[in-house]
Amino acid sequence: MLKIRVIPVLFLMNGLIVRSERFEDFKVIGNPLGELERYSEWLVDELVYSDITRDGDHDLRRDDHKTKNPGDKLAILRAVSESAHMPLTFGGRIGSLEEIDSYLLNGADKVLVNTLAWREPATVSRAAERHGAQAIMAGLDVRRVDGHPIVFVDQGRESTGQAPDVYARNLERAGAGEILVNSIDRDGCAEGYDLEVVRAVADAVSVPVIACGGAGDFSDFRAAIDEGGASAVAAGNLFHFTENSYKRAKTYLKDRAYDVRYPYPG
Amino acid sequence: MLGPARIRVAGTADLEVIVIVGYGRGNIRSVENALERVGCRFRTAGNPREIASADKLVLPGVGAFGECMDLLRAKGFEAAILDHVARGKPLLGICVGMQMLAETGHEFGTHRGLGLVRGKVVQIPRKDNSLRLPQVGWNELRPRKDCPLLRDLPGDRTAYFVHSYHLAADEAADISADVEYGGPVTAAVSVPPVYGMQFHPEKSQEVGLRILSNFAAL
Repeated sequence: MLKIRVIPVLFLMNGLIVRSERFEDFKVIGNPLGELERYSEWLVDELVYSDITRDGDHDLRRDDHKTKNPGDKLAILRAVSESAHMPLTFGGRIGSLEEIDSYLLNGADKVLVNTLAWREPATVSRAAERHGAQAIMAGLDVRRVDGHPIVFVDQGRESTGQAPDVYARNLERAGAGEILVNSIDRDGCAEGYDLEVVRAVADAVSVPVIACGGAGDFSDFRAAIDEGGASAVAAGNLFHFTENSYKRAKTYLKDRAYDVRYPYPG
Repeated sequence: MLGPARIRVAGTADLEVIVIVGYGRGNIRSVENALERVGCRFRTAGNPREIASADKLVLPGVGAFGECMDLLRAKGFEAAILDHVARGKPLLGICVGMQMLAETGHEFGTHRGLGLVRGKVVQIPRKDNSLRLPQVGWNELRPRKDCPLLRDLPGDRTAYFVHSYHLAADEAADISADVEYGGPVTAAVSVPPVYGMQFHPEKSQEVGLRILSNFAAL
């Protein structure tokens, strides 16, 4: 049987790992390679690196290969992929097909696209044709507006006006092989996932759905699987700040009869 | 400390040369990193002449069957690979590299494969919409016959899959392992000296390193 995946997400900002809260408060907590060592030792199911750098030009039509940050990002990716013996997703702020090509050529197994899928869905489709839908993870960030979940792009700054289920179906149609659902309101708050949104997306598409944003303790993982219908659960802070938390999360789920991978002795 | 153990093959200096077929598709860097870790001698070939002296070949691949096959042919690798196998030398296909071993692929039209394993590549059968495609993640390998590459797998024998299509082999005896995903899905084939893995050994931590190390030791 396919195991339920537990996925640490690392947020990169100007080349460093940060903790993020509600997409607006950030604190540096480490460097990309230092963090990787810990996750390698933990034999994590897979790892997601998402660049959430704020400064700089956000015009998607820029030539990314000539700006400083993406160059640094490629160097980070190459270094990470050399010691990452787990499946690696790399992305955030991806603005072109060429950028997708270069990440996949330089050690990423999947790319994480977000705003690009809203502005240029055809570019995502071309990437899926070229590399397969399985190489495309699409991010879907939700903010509640007057209680109604709405998908936002551009790091939470621009509303698409679309409900998560509608947006998710468009992502699937464009060629996304997987959808990472994040909650802007719950990001870094440890109050649990937005289960209603996770469920709506999981019901709307037939590609795997990963719940992200808000996990405070291991019971939130259970809720995302049971109530949210998620194929995988992701978290940032929960793994950053708690000692040996990844293995403890796996033990917690395994002890409660969840079918997780458990490659640990004893 | 809990960490991925390095699996080294004894006397690696004497080992033969593994050549990765670099035709422009597949996560070559990951395969190189994993072979490096296993401690074998390898290089990546960018043209068919460079594989003539190979003792073993690794054929990686991601993306669509037809596009990978077209690229492989356009770069002139097809004949060189078939020649390598005809001389009895081992070949390991990974992911779409395994699918290309089949006679035909049925993703975005019908495409001719290398024809080294009898069967065709079709979408994972789906009885209803509750089965999510692609299959993404770790699944437990179920051995179907003895295969030298799948011997002595450590831990829980899970490997990392990411695919929507699989190789439906004509002969059940050619399947060396499968996984359960809405029914049996082909995980590995073995028609010596040809081997194929639908999952990614280069990304499957200890289990994958053991498989690559077994391949190096063939």
